Amino acid sequence: MMTAQWLYGLTGCLIVALGLRGALLHDSLLQRIVAINVMGAGVFLLLIAVAYRGPGLAPDPLPHALVLTGIVVAVSATALALALVRRLHAERDDD
Amino acid sequence: MNWDTWLLVLVVASSLLPGLVIFFLREDSHRLRTLLNLAGAIFKLVLVGILIWGVFHEHVYETRWTLAPGLDLVLHADTLSVLFVTLSTVLWLVTTVYAIGYLENAAHRSRFFGFFSLCVSATVGLALAGNLFTFVIFFELLTLVTYPLVAHRGTPEAVRGARIYLTYTLGGGMLLLIGTVWLYVLAGPTAFVEGGVLSSLPAEYHPQLKMIFVLLIIGLGVKAALVPLHGWLPHAMVAPAPVSALLHAVAVVKAGAFGIVRVVYDVYGVNFTDQLGLLTGLGIAAAITIVYGSVMALFQDNLKKRLAYSTVSQVSYIALGTAILGPIGTIGGIVHLVHQGIMKITLFFAAGNYAETLGIHKVSEMNGVGRRMPATTLAFSIAALGMIGVPPVAGFVSKWYLGLGALEAGMAAWVMPVLIISSVLNAAYFLPVLYRAWFRDPGPAWPAEHIPAARLETSAALLWPPVVTAILALAAGLFASAPYSPLEWATLIAEREYGL
Amino acid sequence: MTDAMIWLVALPLAGALATLLLPRSATAAAIGTGLATTIAAGLLLFGVATQGAQQYEIGGWTAGLGIALRADGLSALLLMMTALVVLAASVYASAYFKRPFERARFWPLWLLLWTSLNALLLSGDLFNLYVTLELLGLSAVALASLGGKHAAVEAALRYLYVGLLGSMMFLAGVSLIYAGYGTLDLATLARVVEPGPVAWSALAMMTAGLLLKTALFPLHFWLPPAHASAPAPVSAVLSALVVKAAFYLVLRLWLDVFANVVTPVAANLLGLLGAGAVLWGSWRALQAERLKLLAAYSTVAQLGYLFLFFPLLLALPPGPARDLAAGGLVMLALTHGFAKAGLFLAIGIIQQRCGHDTIRELGGTAQRLPVTIFAIALAGVALIGLPPSGAFLGKWQLLAGAVATGQWWWLVVTAIGSLLAAAYIFRVLGHAFGHQPYPNQPVTVARDEWPALLLAAMAALVLGLAGASVWELLEIGT
Repeated sequence: MMTAQWLYGLTGCLIVALGLRGALLHDSLLQRIVAINVMGAGVFLLLIAVAYRGPGLAPDPLPHALVLTGIVVAVSATALALALVRRLHAERDDD
Repeated sequence: MNWDTWLLVLVVASSLLPGLVIFFLREDSHRLRTLLNLAGAIFKLVLVGILIWGVFHEHVYETRWTLAPGLDLVLHADTLSVLFVTLSTVLWLVTTVYAIGYLENAAHRSRFFGFFSLCVSATVGLALAGNLFTFVIFFELLTLVTYPLVAHRGTPEAVRGARIYLTYTLGGGMLLLIGTVWLYVLAGPTAFVEGGVLSSLPAEYHPQLKMIFVLLIIGLGVKAALVPLHGWLPHAMVAPAPVSALLHAVAVVKAGAFGIVRVVYDVYGVNFTDQLGLLTGLGIAAAITIVYGSVMALFQDNLKKRLAYSTVSQVSYIALGTAILGPIGTIGGIVHLVHQGIMKITLFFAAGNYAETLGIHKVSEMNGVGRRMPATTLAFSIAALGMIGVPPVAGFVSKWYLGLGALEAGMAAWVMPVLIISSVLNAAYFLPVLYRAWFRDPGPAWPAEHIPAARLETSAALLWPPVVTAILALAAGLFASAPYSPLEWATLIAEREYGL
Repeated sequence: MTDAMIWLVALPLAGALATLLLPRSATAAAIGTGLATTIAAGLLLFGVATQGAQQYEIGGWTAGLGIALRADGLSALLLMMTALVVLAASVYASAYFKRPFERARFWPLWLLLWTSLNALLLSGDLFNLYVTLELLGLSAVALASLGGKHAAVEAALRYLYVGLLGSMMFLAGVSLIYAGYGTLDLATLARVVEPGPVAWSALAMMTAGLLLKTALFPLHFWLPPAHASAPAPVSAVLSALVVKAAFYLVLRLWLDVFANVVTPVAANLLGLLGAGAVLWGSWRALQAERLKLLAAYSTVAQLGYLFLFFPLLLALPPGPARDLAAGGLVMLALTHGFAKAGLFLAIGIIQQRCGHDTIRELGGTAQRLPVTIFAIALAGVALIGLPPSGAFLGKWQLLAGAVATGQWWWLVVTAIGSLLAAAYIFRVLGHAFGHQPYPNQPVTVARDEWPALLLAAMAALVLGLAGASVWELLEIGT
């Protein structure tokens, strides 16, 4: 349905905005990483909305491929970020 | 191998390559270093000899290399470049010998002679530049390679003097670059052509051309020590005497003056510059500098500082000659480029001798030095008399032509007083020095007698250069009308500039 | 020659795997990969110069669904610069990292970084660009954190955060483009993009994300700590190449894909930020106490110059004048890449031999490490923009463009920036000389001094003298 596509799309934009706000305003690095992940989720939602081609038609596979790739990238990036945060805390504990 | 294209590259390379090799030598490899230096200098002299002959016979030597679309690096030999190249080459050879003697047992000689050679390469490249773009490139390179020479001693004063030098010259260089870019946008690549290339531009460009001229002259005037841009020069005196000699007589200050000559004659054209009303302004700036420099020289007790202010004053004769419309004034300015170089270098050599041999740095310490070091003091005297304008030393010839040119151009009203006042001032700060040296009794002991009196009053390498250059100064005056003399060559340049 | 494009991505990737699986021969494998990849870059440059722009479709699938690799004059030049800089830094790194476990961690990440750089420069569609941009960011962060100390890890974490933020914004922009135009292929988009709210917001999102990654003032705050705390070869590549990759993307988007969407106002905004970068970065570099911090702030300033070109490029009508200015931009970018890499490698040598990189305590370094100081001097000449460096030619075009379009203020900024650069470079050189005499031995070049020297010489001499070919190459494809 047309309105579902717009709903998904607008929600996606909203989540992106929320994520952006969180990324810019939070102090703790961990919270910022979570906020960026939220941003990512919003973008993915936007892409899924874009993939809709019409009632009864198969959705466009390209944005789905983009979303899958994006999720993988986001997971890897989050893993690296968490590893660095752990290292940082370990260093602080050593001091 | 096309000789016409490669000769100019070789002239530059003959000091560049030995210089690069010298950087890598051990500190104590005197012989190899001296060999490289002298071999390069003599080779360059031979090449320049060929160049003189060729240009006299209207042969064209040009090397062109495209750096970017529309921007060519051009080396081109015309009469003016040959004049400056010859001066640089001859004086480099003499200064190299002097420096070898002066820096005996000093530290960092490989670094010194390396940059020394690069300095000459940059000067020669600048002399042979065929357009304003190339000139600016070598002009900036000259700044870069003279900085380590000024800072050579490494003492806090030397580093500070070098920093002041750099501030002035890089600032001036930036203004020169902006003026050049602006001119390029208006008029395309400005090749140096006798008579100038800009007179054909439409009149609505004239206000911009005037501003460009001011920018260019300020940029060049920093190196040429035009007042009030001369502030770096006295501070740069911390450099060893061979560096001061080179900087004042040959390289830096002359490069600025040479640039002014090029801009007025070969970019704008002297008639066009006059049309724009800029010639008078240049003349006034030159006149102020001439008088100011001479006045300041009166108050300096430090010999090198006195000579520094004397340079500030004397180099502006060249700018004054440029500002006098007419071939005779032109000749006076251009020939003074050579004459001042020879005379000033003699004075600096002598000053260096006094410092190295007897520890004398101040005029007040010079009593009776004529008896202890007669040859050096005789050379000093000849050069000093030339600076004052006493015939038959070369300086007289330049001043004569400047005065005559001013009369012809109808500018005698203010130029003649300037010439007379400055000659009087020159006498006022040189004659007392000569009097002290010859006619006063020496004090109980010299400040620090490093080199005792032997068969020669000082080491040979320190003695011969000032003697040679003093003889050259005398010869340039006595034989001024001989073919290939600086005066004859300057006349040739003026003829080609005015289309006579 | 089209195969060279695939080799440029496959070789460093294979090398990364090899160094991971064979830690004992990691260095040899890495250098071998480096040489091979550099040869591939050379072949590609030659191919582009002789046969024009190249295209390679991976797996034979056409653009639209498949991934296309494209190389024109600009990307071939940047690929060559990348190859030479990474190769030189690799040679340096082989001597820099002393302990085996350091090397085991370093080489795979290093070669992965190279893979992502090459893939980014060769990408022909927006999504591939996103993926390679992320890969680049992740490997750069991991390398930056190899410094080990608290400051390095903290700087790396901030770098990661900024990088991710930038990538997310970029991805948002990409999604908007796909929503609006249904394709992600750069060449197709260049034909169909029209000015409108979709194009504007997409371009804004993508540019904002990229400006974060290219550290344009005032989004530069993450760069100095990250580049200053990283190991020397990593700093070299971060400053010289990684931030350039993001800039390359801004250039492609603004000049190629969205060429009819960008407005002079937007270009002037970029120029204004660039001016801020030049002045602020140079000022901070002048005040820096440490060499690495100086070099990092110098990067901020030099990137600012690149952005000063944007208002000029938009004000000049398409034609020879605009091509000249664009060539000047690329020349400046190339020269900076070589010069900054050479500078960081030289600083690394000083850090290792003298134990510190504090500028005030550099006295006598010129006598102990003459070649290194000479390399710094050469790099400095290129950073200031003095002849005969390539940067001189680039700045000439910047000044000429400013005069020609009547936008005088950029000229003033450039002049002040250059003089400030001269001030901070000569400040370093002034401190490096001291009273002690030179040791009585011939000047030799140590093995780890060669890379710094050659990179600096490339920037200060080779690019300046051989520069005309840069303009010729840029004609191809754009």
